[in-house]
Amino acid sequence: MADENSKTNLPPLSLHVPEPKYRPGDPVDYSDVEIPKAGDQPRPDVNSDPATMRNMVYDMVRVLDDDYKTTGPWDPKLSDDTLLKMLATMAQVRAFDDRLHRMQRQGKTSFYMKSTGEEATSVAAAMALHSDDMCFPSYRQQGILFVRGYPMVDMINQIFSNREDKLKGRQLPIMYCSRELGFFSISGNLATQYPQAVGWAMASAAKGDTRIAATWCGEGSTAEGDFHSAMTFATVYNAPIIMNVVNNQWAISSFSGFAGGERTTFAARAAGYGIAGIRVDGNDPLAVYAATQWAAERARTNNGPTLIEHFTYRAEAHSTSDDPGAYRSAQEREEWPLGDPITRLKRHLIHRGVWSKEQHEALDKKCIEAVKIATKEAEKNGILGHGLHQPFETMFQDVFEEMPWHLKEQSEQANREREIKWPDAEASK
Amino acid sequence: MTTMNMIEAINSGLDNMMARDDDVVVMGEDVGYFGGVFRATAGLQEKHGKIRCFDTPISECGIIGVSVGMAAYGMRPVPEIQFADYIYPGLDQLVSEAARLRYRSAAEFTSAITVRSPFGGGIFGGQTHSQSPESMFTHVCGLKTVIPSTPYDAKGLLISAIEDNDPVMFFEPKRIYNGPFTGYYDKPVEPWSKFAASDVPEDYYKIPLGKANIVRAGEAVTILTYGTMVHVAKAVVEEHGVDAEVIDLRTLVPLDIETIEESVKKTGRCLIIHEATRTSGFGAELSALVQERCFYHLEAPIERVTGFDTPYPHSLEWAYFPGPVRIGEALDKIVGELTS
Repeated sequence: MADENSKTNLPPLSLHVPEPKYRPGDPVDYSDVEIPKAGDQPRPDVNSDPATMRNMVYDMVRVLDDDYKTTGPWDPKLSDDTLLKMLATMAQVRAFDDRLHRMQRQGKTSFYMKSTGEEATSVAAAMALHSDDMCFPSYRQQGILFVRGYPMVDMINQIFSNREDKLKGRQLPIMYCSRELGFFSISGNLATQYPQAVGWAMASAAKGDTRIAATWCGEGSTAEGDFHSAMTFATVYNAPIIMNVVNNQWAISSFSGFAGGERTTFAARAAGYGIAGIRVDGNDPLAVYAATQWAAERARTNNGPTLIEHFTYRAEAHSTSDDPGAYRSAQEREEWPLGDPITRLKRHLIHRGVWSKEQHEALDKKCIEAVKIATKEAEKNGILGHGLHQPFETMFQDVFEEMPWHLKEQSEQANREREIKWPDAEASK
Repeated sequence: MTTMNMIEAINSGLDNMMARDDDVVVMGEDVGYFGGVFRATAGLQEKHGKIRCFDTPISECGIIGVSVGMAAYGMRPVPEIQFADYIYPGLDQLVSEAARLRYRSAAEFTSAITVRSPFGGGIFGGQTHSQSPESMFTHVCGLKTVIPSTPYDAKGLLISAIEDNDPVMFFEPKRIYNGPFTGYYDKPVEPWSKFAASDVPEDYYKIPLGKANIVRAGEAVTILTYGTMVHVAKAVVEEHGVDAEVIDLRTLVPLDIETIEESVKKTGRCLIIHEATRTSGFGAELSALVQERCFYHLEAPIERVTGFDTPYPHSLEWAYFPGPVRIGEALDKIVGELTS
């Protein structure tokens, strides 16, 4: 038994509640954020024992240096064509985000989420995967769909919940799904896709397939039990999977400190599980590509899972329902020490002599035009809140494979109510 | 035909399905080499290999989440949750994921998983090894809930559940794994081998989901029940000499409403029995349905006999259990005017 009297000399306990460094109006100084020199990071063999590469979870893989040149062993040495495709895809994603965000403001849909500043973490990552590898994304990886060629008009149909929405108006905008393109249905509940991705990867391994799985979540979601269950299953069964943590510093208004980011990196979570972990400059598309390529090769050769932390910044609001001006300093974005992924790749390509400012301006215009055309096309199929786009019985379909009696009864009721509530509404389709 | 207890019947059903379909995999805590704490998966790993039947980390969230992912790949996982009381860490993966995947993906992805889990009390399991949480799952749209009451039914229903393309909660009344329980806890338990329902074909057969079983035909009152309580109800009815029609629901969702309606309209009386706690239990749903559909045929108020709204106690298990006294009292009340 400890001596009761000794307690009297102890200071009182105090509770630590994390607080971000900067709040609205605060000047931002990132000089304490350690940004390792590009090219300095060693590239271990893909079959390395995680114990021999633990430094990588605290380091940061960087390929593009301050002069926008590639450097070091992680340079994926991609062709001009591949890099130009990467740039064009990221530019298209940004143009899409800008326009669809505006359309929500114009009342054409209920909700939107931009990926501005984080495009590399999905576009470059998806480009480093095989086209039939299975992706279990979170809600900010629209870039994967652009890489895999999903038509913008289909994305917008979903965002408008209109009569051509393949998900029949059931899902919140941007919660896409495409089995054909290996893009799993987005949940909206956080990190639930993590153990599912591990399960898919286990199934692929059990079946002797060659496909691997990749999943994404935010740094905030690493606090969920699902994240840790997934890490445990991934290491126990040596699952062929890449687990991406997109550390964009903010989970709505909660800074990364509320997920444990004050004390360690998110890549360091890997060490505790004996999983290979890599921390990467998430705004360096070549570093993201290289890390993903490394992890994919590792998984595909039965060397097991990899956790990749993409250190990046959420340049815009969490969603259209959020105003970051209420909780963080606007200067954070301006001062962000890792810059912008599109700008960095653009400058690299200019430096390389295969791209120019004028060509980039033309690309931006082309991207804006392409979204405009797709939007107009999608609007012909209706917008949210204007008209009844789906037959009411679709509300009751796919709850089960076959509709049981109670849903049939409720479906009949919904259709009866329709005649009373919307007597003049045109039958959809 | 072979004589099997409920564990052996479940094991046989799993074995049949693993042999028929390479996509069926069995997983859970202690289910592999050891064969499960109740022995339901005994021998399956040895016979079908470690890839088809394996142990998992102690993580119900992981077990269900991984199953959903395997099903998305195209497999048919049959995860075991060691006790229904342990299922809660996996709830989000069941409620928000497995149950809604077909809907939210417009049927591009489905969750053909069968979650097996021993449930219910009467084994001195205390509050963490005795719960009956079925109504938490019947409340979730997109989940089917199945509860067998005999070895024969357990195998036939399990095979249907595994072949079903929707997620199925398969709750196994562990009190009757070895023999039917009449609720007279002070009398010796008789093994399944003494009952016809232990005649179980070794080969594949199915009992359709959504079909109730009238285990005793009668005219005086309809008893709606499932699992362990089917046997308790039958015993009490015999003891009281009441000509009750006892319906074993077998599947709670989808529910066999036709059989229920037909019976209650015939008898004009309805007694609902389950072991689960009373408030918002499945009995409340049954009572509402019977009232809505059979009101003008009812000659007495619907009665419910259930567990109490307390955690399942350890030492006072038999005070808690909705046994012969509680059921007898309800029977007397509902058919009193007929028998007095």
